[in-house]
Order: sequence, then C-alpha cells, then structure tokens
Amino acid sequence: MPHVLLRAAALSTALIASTAFAQSSGPIKIGLMLPYSGTYAALGSAIENGFKLYVQEQGGKLGGREVQYFKVDDESEPSKATDNVNKLIKRDNVDVLVGTVHSGVALAMAKAAKDNNTLLVIPNAGADAITGPMCAPNIVRSSFSNWQPGYAMGVVAGQKGVKRAMTITWGYAAGAESTKGFTEGLEKNGGKVIKDLTLPFPQVEFQALLTEIAAQKPDAVYAFFAGGGAVKFVKDYAAAGLNKTIPLYGPGFLTDGTLEAQGASAQNMLTTLHYADNLDTPKNNAFRKAYAIAYKSQPDVYAVQGYDAAQILANGLKAVGGDLGKREQLAAAMRKTPVDSPRGKFTLSAAGNPVQDMYLREVKGNNNEFRSVAVKALADPARGCKM
Amino acid sequence: MASDAVAATSAADTVADVGALPDIGRREPGGWLVPAAAALVVAALPLFVAPYGQDLVLRIAVYAIFALSLELLVGATGLVSLGHAAFLGIGAYATVLASGSDGASIAWLLPLAVLAAAAYAVVVGALSLRTRGVYFIMVTLAFAQMAYFVVHDTKAAGGSDGIFLYAKPTLAVGATTLVDLGNRAALYYIVLAALVATYAFIAMLLASRFGHALAGIRVNEQRMRAAGFSTTPYKLAAFVVAGALAGLAGFLLAVKDGTVNPELLSWHESGAVLLMLIFGGIGSLRGAVVGAVAFTLLKELFQSEALLGPLAQHWQLTLGLTIIAFVAALPRGLIGSGAQLRALMRERTARAARKSA
Amino acid sequence: MDLATFLVQCLNAVQYGLLLFLVASGLTLIFGIMGVINLAHGSFYMLGAYLAFALAPWFGDWFVTRLVAGVALAAIFGYVLEWAFFSFLYERDHLQQVLLTYALILVFEELRSILVGNDVHGVPAPSWLGGGFRLGGLMEYPWYRVFASAACLVVALALYAVVQKTRLGMMIRAGASNRDMVRGLGVDIRRLYRIVFAGGVALAALAGMIAAPLSSVYPNMGASVLIICFVVVVIGGIGSITGALIASLLVGFVDTFGKVFFAEWSGVGIYLLMAIVLVWRPEGLMKRGF
Repeated sequence: MPHVLLRAAALSTALIASTAFAQSSGPIKIGLMLPYSGTYAALGSAIENGFKLYVQEQGGKLGGREVQYFKVDDESEPSKATDNVNKLIKRDNVDVLVGTVHSGVALAMAKAAKDNNTLLVIPNAGADAITGPMCAPNIVRSSFSNWQPGYAMGVVAGQKGVKRAMTITWGYAAGAESTKGFTEGLEKNGGKVIKDLTLPFPQVEFQALLTEIAAQKPDAVYAFFAGGGAVKFVKDYAAAGLNKTIPLYGPGFLTDGTLEAQGASAQNMLTTLHYADNLDTPKNNAFRKAYAIAYKSQPDVYAVQGYDAAQILANGLKAVGGDLGKREQLAAAMRKTPVDSPRGKFTLSAAGNPVQDMYLREVKGNNNEFRSVAVKALADPARGCKM
Repeated sequence: MASDAVAATSAADTVADVGALPDIGRREPGGWLVPAAAALVVAALPLFVAPYGQDLVLRIAVYAIFALSLELLVGATGLVSLGHAAFLGIGAYATVLASGSDGASIAWLLPLAVLAAAAYAVVVGALSLRTRGVYFIMVTLAFAQMAYFVVHDTKAAGGSDGIFLYAKPTLAVGATTLVDLGNRAALYYIVLAALVATYAFIAMLLASRFGHALAGIRVNEQRMRAAGFSTTPYKLAAFVVAGALAGLAGFLLAVKDGTVNPELLSWHESGAVLLMLIFGGIGSLRGAVVGAVAFTLLKELFQSEALLGPLAQHWQLTLGLTIIAFVAALPRGLIGSGAQLRALMRERTARAARKSA
Repeated sequence: MDLATFLVQCLNAVQYGLLLFLVASGLTLIFGIMGVINLAHGSFYMLGAYLAFALAPWFGDWFVTRLVAGVALAAIFGYVLEWAFFSFLYERDHLQQVLLTYALILVFEELRSILVGNDVHGVPAPSWLGGGFRLGGLMEYPWYRVFASAACLVVALALYAVVQKTRLGMMIRAGASNRDMVRGLGVDIRRLYRIVFAGGVALAALAGMIAAPLSSVYPNMGASVLIICFVVVVIGGIGSITGALIASLLVGFVDTFGKVFFAEWSGVGIYLLMAIVLVWRPEGLMKRGF
C-alpha cells in the first residue's frame, strides 16, 4: 500500500511540476476551433488567416513564447460542440481556446471554458449570452455582440423616418438577438416592428415569406442572414421587385463577402457594422496590404476579428511576461488594454465585449463603402452578466 | 389482386423483417456470468483510464441502454422503428427543461423524463401500429421528425442551438445529499447501475409470458391472431416500454453532457441505434450492448486524426463503406455470426466424429 | 389576407407541391415495383441540384438542353447503381435495406464533399427566364417559378402517359400488383427493375435540377426532401402515382400556408396532416395502383 501511495505522490508531483514548468516556458498551445467545412468554411479560414498574420507580425511569438496550434473542425454543429471542445481541452490540453463562428457552438465552448477555467477568445460568434449571463473573467470577445449592429441599424432606420418595419431571419439565437437589437434601436427613434418572420436554419426557400412582406407593405425590412443565405435572400428580394419599394436593411453580414455573388441586386444597400473595407486609416491600409500579400486575397471583417483576437491575447501575455500561471493578471490585462485594430481603436467592456464605433456603409460595386459613423462607442448592455 | 399483394407483403414483412435469428429467449453461452463479469470490468475502469476515456465509456454505456430499449422492439417484437431517437431526445429535453437554474431532485426528475418519453410513445405507437412493414418504418420516422421540428424550430424548446443544463440533479433526503450527479464518479456508477438494471429488466421481461407473446407476434402475427390473440395491445405495450427506457437513456445523456440539442432527435441518431443493433446482432441483448460498443468505437476510430490522419475528415465515407460491407457480409452481426460460427464448428466436429467412428 | 396575396400563396404552394411530386413519384415507383425502401432517394435529388450547378458553365443559357443532359446522366447513373448495388437488396429484409441505403447516403454525402466541396452555391436561372410579371401592385412573380411548375406538370403528364398507355407502363403496373406473376409470365423482371430504378433516379434528379436556382445547392439538402417525400408517400399510398400527386399538393399547401400563419410551428403541420390521414386511412389515400 505505501508503495503505491509513494509512487502516486511522486507521479503527481512530477505532473504538477511539469505543468508549472510548461506554464512559463515552452510553446503556448492554442486550440483553434473553427468551421473548416460547411456554410461558414470561408469565415473560418479568414479568421485563422487574420490570427496567424498578427502572430507572424510579432515574429511568430506571443509574450515571448512560440505558438503551437491545435485545430478542430466544428462543422458549425452545436450538437457536436461539447465533444469537439473537450478534444481540445482534455485531449490536447490547450492553454487558450480560440473560436468560433456559429453562436450555438460558441455557447458550448463558453460553458466548457467556464467549467474548466480555460482562456477563451471568441473571434466572431455574437451570442449575447456569452457576454451576458455566461460572462466570465477568462472569456473575451474580439468581434461584436449580435445586438450591436442590429441596434445601430435600428437607430439609422428610425432617423430616416421608418415607422413600420418587419424583420426576417433564421430561427436561431443569432437571428433573434440581432432583430431584437434592431427593434430596440428603432423604437428609441420613433418606429416599431409590426411583424417578425423566421424560417428554420439553414433553409433558403423565402418565397412564402417574401409574399407576406409584399402583402404587409412595411416602410422597411431588416434581414439577418449570413453566407449563402445572405446571397440568396438579397437576390430573391430583388427578384420579387421588393427592393424598388421597400428598402432592405441589415447588419454587415448581409453583404460582407457576398457582393460578387449578389451583383446588381445588392447595389446601394445600407448596412451597419463595426468595419468597412475602405476605412482610410494607416492601420487599416497597412493591415489590408499585409493580408493581401500573405494570402493573395482581400481581408474581410472576419479576418480583422481574427487579427484582433491574437492582439488581445498578446496584450495579456505581454503584461505577464508569457507566464500563463499568472492567470488573473493575464485575464485582466486582456480586458483592460485598448486594442489598436484595423477597424479603429476600441476597448473592451467589463463583460468582455468590444466597445466600438458602428459604421454605416453603402454597397457600391463590390465594396461596402464607409458613409458615416452610425453610433459612436456602442457598448452592448450585457444584460444578465453578474461580474 | 391488389389485396393479395398487400396481404403477401405484410406476411413476408412480419417474418422477413428481421430475418431468422437466434431465439432471444434462449440461453446464450455463459448465461449470466458473461454480462456480470463485463459489468465488473467496467466498474473497475476508472482506476486505469484517463478522464477522456471515462467519458467515452460513459457515452457507450448510455448508448447501450438506448440500444437495449430498441432491441425490445426490433429484436423481440419484430417492429423496425426508424424514429426511436425521438424518445431519447424527449427524455433528455424533459430533463433539462424541468431542471430550471437551481437543479432538481432525481426522485421526480427521472420519472418525469421517463414518463414524458412514454407519453409520446403511446401517441406515436397508437397511430403507427395502424400500419405495417414499410409504412411502419416511414411513419415512425415521420413522427420522430415532428418532435425534431418542435424542438428545432420553436423558441419554447430552445431552438437549433439547444439548451444547457445549469445544475445537475441530486438526490437528497432532508439536508443530506445522497447522490450528486455533478460528481463524475457518482455519475459513472449510477449510469453503470442503470445499464445493469435495464439489461436485467428486459431479460426478465422477455422470459415472462409477455415476452413469449412478443416472440409469437414476431414469428407469425397472423397465426397469433388466428388463435384469438389480440396482438395490438402487446405491440403497443412493447413500444411504450421501449420508449420509456429510451427516455431513461435520454435523462442520463442530458445529465452527462450538460446540454441537449435537436440533433438528439434526428434520424441520424435513429439510424445509428439501428446500426448498433445490427452490428451486435439482432435478437440478442448482449448483441445490443456489443453493438453499441462497436459502433461508438468505430466512429471514434474513423474520426481520429491521430490514427487516420487526413482520412479522418472523410469519416462518413469510411463509416458508410464499412456499414455496407458489414451488413452485406454479416447481417447477423457479431453475436449472431459468432453463434453461426459455433454451430458450424459443432457440425464439423460432429461430422468428423461420425467419419472416424 | 387579401385575395391577391392568397392567390400568390396558392401559386407558391402549387409550385412547391409539384416539385415534391417529381421526387415522391420516383420514390413511390421504386418502392411500389421493387419493394425496396430507399433512404438514399434524397441523394438523387441532391445529385440533380449539383449537376445543375456543375453543368451551368458548359451550357450557359441552353437551360432545357442542360436539363435533358442532366436527366440522361442521372438515368445512366441510376441504371449502373441498380446493377451494382440495389439489385442485391431485393432479397434482404427491410431493416437491412434501411441500413444499407442509409450507409449509401453517408457515402454520397462524403463523395459530394470531396468532389465539390462544402460551400453553398447559388445557381442562376437562365436569363430568358429572368425577371417576373407584376401581380397587381403586390410583387413580381418570377418567371422561373412559373417555368418550374409548368415543367413538373409536363413531366407528370408524360409519366401518366407512359404508365397508362405504353407496354412498358403495362409491365410496370403489372409488376406493382403482382411481381411473381409477372416473372412467371416470362417478362425480364431484372431489366424492368433496372429501367424503373433509373427512371426514379432521373425523376428525382430532374426535380433537383429544376429546384437548384430556387433553393441553392448546399450540403445535406437531400435529407429534408427525403423525409417530406416519405410523408407524401405515406399519405398518398405506396405505389400510387395519383396518390403521390394529391399528397404532394396537400403538403405544398399545408407547408406554404403554415409558414405564413403558424411561423415557428409550421414544420409540424405536415406531420399532423399525416397523423390525420393515418387515423382515417392507414394505407394511404389511394390504394396500390395508379
């Protein structure tokens, strides 16, 4: 018996010692859980490209330590999310989790990160709950909350005199939160939403709902779709002739990365987002040039978010000199350091979400061109966050 | 002429639907010892296996309960249901929805989950059993889809992202907590106990008069009816018991994962549990468990980048081809083929003995 | 809901129902004649959709030619598939058929992923079918949708003509009523099966090709169509083409109007319809036959 105990004690001491050792030297293990297949695959690779570009600009090191990547394809499937994130946390023992695009998957990641106290940086998924009821010191987001672009668009719509509006989106959390933001922004500016239309994700057969929109004759329509669904919706909306009489508004996702496919049907559309392709700032110009050279394609908002995710992590690591053992200081530094992003400078709220300017953009040709600042330094209300 | 064809099909369906198979009531080699030994081995596993491995064992155990519940329908009664995942999902969702944010007592949460699944089984069974053969397969699938859409599309059930279980259920007497399912060790042994209990329960059920009636229905329903036996109540009872046990599996799955989502009710899940049965061998309780182990491990293997490298991405292809090869070559599954092999060996030794005599 | 909107929604419902009919008729034929339950039927629909996408750059605006080419390719594929795989399924029991065809779905999905990738693709309608006509101040109804409905109707009529008026159709009807008798009468049942199977695949693929510009092509698009087709076949009666037509239209209406009136519960509507039919007529609305 004592023999076994002795061996167990020795083993555990060695384990603890080695983890402590690993925490201050050796490579940082970064677990990338992104969609590498399915409808969001392009977004996944853009985020990874942006992330790696920043690391490359720092000479391949963060906080003075090399970076080792572990990748898992989450397939944008919430049903497999818990299993997938456990592969990174329990099997690969990563130090930091980075991911993902789909909000449902990200929620599972946030829960696992909370349960296992793993650092999590979210480079896209806008689920309000992550910086709401699920907020935690070790979870931070470099992108947006679904509420933010929706609210900004609602403000713009209200200021343009929209009194009766309809919303249409997929029936999942991201859609509901985005339209809720729009409704709030619109109501604060004198309008209201008369009907919310939804269809199951990822269906794109909009005909019956477009007919309903035509029948109700609202002043404007707010739509939240992304990827292939965004392409189809904008095209179908134009095909039904609705774009001539009822302006279509949406968050930037409706027209980001999709303009070539949407062509004429998207021209002159107004959208709100925390980024615009042609923001004429030194940081953005340098970023776009570097990205184009490295990856032979133009960056989009997803690449910027990936880039900033790496930056936020780097800010924290710099403050603790690369020692992951100083977890509390690391997490605090990640939150408190302002981020110099291609989108403009922004800070992080206490709940971990960017407090940033929302830009109004208009589609011209194949670009979303900056028109004005819709709302300055917009902070997500972080409802339900008890931090 | 048309009615002849219909009658011919349904008779053929009743017998041929699951093929000839070893009588489910017959004693398998080793009797009770083999399952009991297996249970002991599994109970001792946490001493040797890392948490990731324990998670895997837990998952297999829950799916074994799920597979056993379907065995009662497919193997014992001869009813092929392609919608069994609905009951798994309903049990799971009931668990999470009724838990609220403070957690609940196992004493009422577990029966609630089981009853919710059983309730849906009564409705689906009553309607589906009006049909036979292929119709039955398609109708059970359709009803599972209906349940899928309710949880997938409506806000009441959380939508396509699923919902989280914020506090695991406990069993408390007064102020003392007897069982806390948030404790990993407690969960492990409770799941194992549930598996053993389910196995024993079904075995006893099949050995009873009820089980014999089911066997009769499976072999030749028309003959049973001709003898004056009213078969529908028996089939419905089997359907409901199977659904209830699937609900139990759903409860355990929800507690283990801490999250539920609509894919639990998808037809892929229903297909997967049927595959487990055919892998193990229809008509054998051991087969159900063996099949659950085989299928889960196979899926892990095909998805493992460590073992298969880039091929792991295309696991649907490797898994699909393997299934085709397996079902085509070994339709009796591992246990059934084992029995076949043993019978073959016996015959060979007997023949050799006769020759030498 | 005013009259104009109601009429437009009816148009939408009929268009959807007719497309569904093409796929369901293939499924019910294959089941009715060969007795094989085929879960991979949705994959043939997907095949057609991806064919439309793949052939688009080669055929440009020659849309009807593209359709014919795609149907021909699909029919050949179906013929070969029957010979290589499905002919072995006839003797097996339903459970094995279910599982083998389920495995086939997995294989097809992965092959699709390897050959064409996982992205969502739009398929443009031909320019001569572009635009639409104004429905009294309400909205524009796209010409392409009119074409889709018309094409499905033409195919339905052709199917009826073949089944009722030709020798092949006679053999098909006979095989549906009594397979063994037909074999006993000396008809080459194997070749008949192969032709019927190829026809079923071609029908599903045609539906996919026509639907591609309307619904885009994306992974797993066959799955939802398949299950709705099962519902159509159960409601209409296995082996009955007329039943499939009636059931498809019913489902089209329930689905379209459900989306408008019941929003999040619309997905449940067609299953409730199926439940009602089951209570009333467990064997489907039309008896086996045409």
